[in-house]
Amino acid sequence: MKTKLAYLLLLALLLVAPFLVYPVFLMKLLCFALFASAFNLILGYGGLLSFGHAAFFGGAGYFTGHALKVWGLPTELGILAGALGAALMGLAIGQLAIRRHGIYFAMITLAMAQMAYFLFVTSSFTGGENGLQGIPRGTALGLFDLQNNLTLYYFVLAICALGIGLIARTVRSPFGQVLAAIRDNENRARSLGYDIERYKLLAFVLSAGLAGLAGATKTVVFQLASLTDVHWHMSGEVVLMTLLGGLGTLAGPAVGAGVIVTLQNYLASGPLSAWVPVVLGVIFVICVLAFRRGIVGELRALIRNSF
Amino acid sequence: MTETGDFILQTQGLTKEFKGFTAVNGVDLRIRRHTIHALIGPNGAGKTTVFNLLTKFLTPTRGTIAFNGRDITPAKPAEIARMGVVRSFQISAVFPHMTARENVRVALLRKLGTSFHFWRGERALAPLNDRADELLAMVGLERFREAVVADLPYGRKRALELATTLALDPELMLLDEPTQGMGREDVELVTQLIRKVSANRTILMVEHNLGVVSTLCDTITVLQRGAVLTEGTYAEVSADPRVKEAYMGRAA
Repeated sequence: MKTKLAYLLLLALLLVAPFLVYPVFLMKLLCFALFASAFNLILGYGGLLSFGHAAFFGGAGYFTGHALKVWGLPTELGILAGALGAALMGLAIGQLAIRRHGIYFAMITLAMAQMAYFLFVTSSFTGGENGLQGIPRGTALGLFDLQNNLTLYYFVLAICALGIGLIARTVRSPFGQVLAAIRDNENRARSLGYDIERYKLLAFVLSAGLAGLAGATKTVVFQLASLTDVHWHMSGEVVLMTLLGGLGTLAGPAVGAGVIVTLQNYLASGPLSAWVPVVLGVIFVICVLAFRRGIVGELRALIRNSF
Repeated sequence: MTETGDFILQTQGLTKEFKGFTAVNGVDLRIRRHTIHALIGPNGAGKTTVFNLLTKFLTPTRGTIAFNGRDITPAKPAEIARMGVVRSFQISAVFPHMTARENVRVALLRKLGTSFHFWRGERALAPLNDRADELLAMVGLERFREAVVADLPYGRKRALELATTLALDPELMLLDEPTQGMGREDVELVTQLIRKVSANRTILMVEHNLGVVSTLCDTITVLQRGAVLTEGTYAEVSADPRVKEAYMGRAA
């Protein structure tokens, strides 16, 4: 009952938000919330630290940009193409990385993502250093003009809600149960007859595809696909968002993304603009030292202990 | 062939070498169907290594393993489990962050065929609840269904592990020291449990507690330094002077 009420409140808040805050900023926030939630699916629920998620996020941006600008696909299909492309990249990288554990898994994903970065820099369809600019936003369902920021906001809200909804469902699904079991005790899961690599791979592909959905949507919002989104900084940033918000909690990564994006935006226009990485670094250190479970994780523990 | 009909599991010349050290050396095991068979021996005799070889968590250097007359030497651990050979582990193997019911449900889930369905909600798991609760009741855990397993006492975790293993309805159960680290009451409880679940099943267990072995097991194989020292009923084995020597060292 209480959770239902909370969801309704959140929905109401999200619906009126663009009248109070600049919609483009809100859309950026939503995209990163989805990105971090997708990342959390593989780190928080799969127990695998990927250090290459920028490849999926930024890669999908390029695919979508190309599909919209050059092929002239409708916006929905363009975004779908980006997400599918990212999922395929996830399948390729996952195949190679999934048998490794811990630091080795992280290193392979990082290396593969760096290779993807190199490919994106050198291929002509990405526009290299300039990126893809002036990507058309198009219309939603051929009816609503997405050039209007307010219309686009509701479009983006719907996409991100669907994406995060799918993640929430996946976690509670039969597949989610097997994934949780594998994270808890891999050998036991194996001795129950599960081919654990196949489950991890599916989780990785889902995570990559949803990260791609976030990147594709962001490309439509900013009408731009650039190297920033495939750079390994982005892979690091999403780790930070997820840990800060709360690993393995549903709302945590979204909250973490909100905090980081807000801070970046706020600081960028102030006197601390050159110090953004330092400020974020300090926050990260405090997070790891003082509240390891992240914002949502600590809050949840607090509520549990006080009742 | 009557020979494979009588024996559910047979190994021939099973050998495992680790860099210059032979942990298991030419072991021929024959496990008779519908019996409880114990593997005993002093520390370092290679009991757990044999278990790991049988379930393919380790690959044998030499030798073959046949289950129901079929060569399973090249199979992978998960395949072996799906054929009906399910093992437990020396340290309790549970999923600590899940509830007791979820633990058993995960084992039941595979046969339902929905384990890759990531788009289905919790309701897809509901049909398994009755069977899961039945299994939990069988091991005396009906009151702990919703408890997070990490909070359960050790004996309860082992009982849960047994329920999870039973959920797969295995033809052959391999139990690695099921009473290890338990107080007398828990040992009693688990002994009765094993007897209860052994109906229509074959059990191979590694066990240190000779009291448990003597009350439960039909056949006992004694391992020493990776090789079979002797085999027989408890009375036969315990009367063998070589067994005493293996455990106690040469009598002064």
